[in-house]
Amino acid sequence: MTVYFLCVVLLTMGLYCLVAKKNIVKKVLGIVIMDYAVNLYLIIIGYKTGGVAPIIEADMPLSTLERFVDPLPQALVLTSIVIGLGVMSLMVAMCIRLYEKHGTFDMSVISKLRG
Amino acid sequence: MNLVPLFVAVPLAAAFIIPLLGIWWKKSGEVLAPVCTAILAIMAIVQTGAPASVHHMGGWAPPVGIAMVSDGLSTLLLIAINIVAFVSIIFSLKYMRVYTGLTKYYALFMLMVAGMNGVVLSGDLFNIYVFLEIASIASYALVAFGVDAEELEAGFKYLILGSVASVMLLFAIGTVYAVTGSLNMADVAREISVRFGTTMNPALLLAGAMFLMGFGLKAALVPFHAWLPDAHPSAPAPISAMLSGVVIKSLGIYAICRVFFHVFGVASGAGGSIIFANAMIAFAVLSIVLGGLLAIGQWDYKRLLAYSSIGQVGYIMLGIGVGARVLATGGQLSVAALAILGGLFHLINHAAFKSLLFLSSGAVQHATGTRDMKQLGGLRESMPITSWTINLGTLSIAGVPPFSGFWSKLIIIIATIKAGHYAIAAVAMAFAFVTLAYYVKVQREVVFGSVTKLVEKAREVPALMYVPLIILAIVCVGFGLLYPVFGARILEPARDALMNGTEYIQLVLG
Repeated sequence: MTVYFLCVVLLTMGLYCLVAKKNIVKKVLGIVIMDYAVNLYLIIIGYKTGGVAPIIEADMPLSTLERFVDPLPQALVLTSIVIGLGVMSLMVAMCIRLYEKHGTFDMSVISKLRG
Repeated sequence: MNLVPLFVAVPLAAAFIIPLLGIWWKKSGEVLAPVCTAILAIMAIVQTGAPASVHHMGGWAPPVGIAMVSDGLSTLLLIAINIVAFVSIIFSLKYMRVYTGLTKYYALFMLMVAGMNGVVLSGDLFNIYVFLEIASIASYALVAFGVDAEELEAGFKYLILGSVASVMLLFAIGTVYAVTGSLNMADVAREISVRFGTTMNPALLLAGAMFLMGFGLKAALVPFHAWLPDAHPSAPAPISAMLSGVVIKSLGIYAICRVFFHVFGVASGAGGSIIFANAMIAFAVLSIVLGGLLAIGQWDYKRLLAYSSIGQVGYIMLGIGVGARVLATGGQLSVAALAILGGLFHLINHAAFKSLLFLSSGAVQHATGTRDMKQLGGLRESMPITSWTINLGTLSIAGVPPFSGFWSKLIIIIATIKAGHYAIAAVAMAFAFVTLAYYVKVQREVVFGSVTKLVEKAREVPALMYVPLIILAIVCVGFGLLYPVFGARILEPARDALMNGTEYIQLVLG
């Protein structure tokens, strides 16, 4: 239970960073932290204490089969990491372009649109 | 032959081939993208008559394998997405000439179409997430395509908020998986109904709330709307048309419908469904009120349209939400059917007239160089075709009988009254008049009124730009007058598919 709690704490930290920081690079870091908190959450779902890699071999005893960790969340996390990388590179590219336009990373200076 | 996988494969392949050929052949996008979207639009129209079908990817049957499910609801969205994509691409051919990097534009556009088609056809929660990310990433880049200060800021804002939505969705999907041990939507639905029945599982309630927030952000429901009024006006006009016309619906409204009706079993009165239905209605009413009020004060043509999108999405959500609440509380099926039909009808209507209006705003901007309504006026003389289509679009969206927006709003309001929500019906009615008010303002300031300096020099846009407008205007009028022709073919199957959760489970799991 504690790990789930810590995972949510990490998520909240990312959200705090996103909301409270004015520097857009720090906002990007906040998103990345949130993303990784959720990846961690998925890994924890599939985790088993004393688990082994889920690779089936012939004449495997049932006790080993029962110790298999759930491979599906790991596959999900792999996909999610790749997506996160794509999004992050787009965010960083936009940060660089915004810096070229305004000469600053400060969102309160950049922000002209009213929302 | 089964067309279902092609809806994703064709645009995905095009998105790959266009930039590759673009290295040697600068016009690859301008040739391939219209061809592909035309094929997709024809396929979507062909698909309407087809019975609901399931395609097993790689021959693996669900729940182990990944399934693509095409039922009435998917077909409805496929029509909207692919037809709007086709006309937007045709409009882009001339309109986008002023930009550079066109092969990238067409590639991203096709990627966005592939993502949206994938979302509406996927039968698997995680696949919905992946396709949603494909469509979203493409749309973030397209919003910032102009790379001016304003576009970049809007794109960045959209990107940040969109990423928060994605994080929430992934969290919700993980939670659903932890509870049910499956990701196939039909399998999850069966598991939930067998294990929990009408009791409420707190983990699923959390997941539902996260889904509603995540998809609500993509659909720009108030209070998650902050990105839309910046992002939609900043994008190039064809992209605005796509974003307002279909992206917020396929990534937001459709996903909410699918997840809550078919996975969480709102329609069969599963645990917590009344809470979800109430939340949908609350977001819908907030969107109608705030979207309407904020639209009145806008002088930027595209910004007004963007705020109006928030309000109109509220109407769609109201129809769906009232239907969900009636079903969840065990009310009359006919009332729920009417409410959902109204919501879905407004969905395709809004796809038609909002993309028409955004494209026309692009035409106006192309001809006059501005979208500030104070500097516009008297376009009926210099740009007769564009003016006529703007008139038809505004009449439709403002809900003037006998145009399409009138019927769908009327159905939603009647269903809300029948369901006993008199106050909400009154609000919806009052804000239908507010919609009328700000579209009268659009007509007065853009089409009629005195001719301004900028408009004097304006000429009618070239045929490649006004033909898409005419197509969409005809579609708008058709939706208003020809319900008997298309209603039974595309709307009623969608309504029935949405209302029968058990049928969906049977369809996918056999």
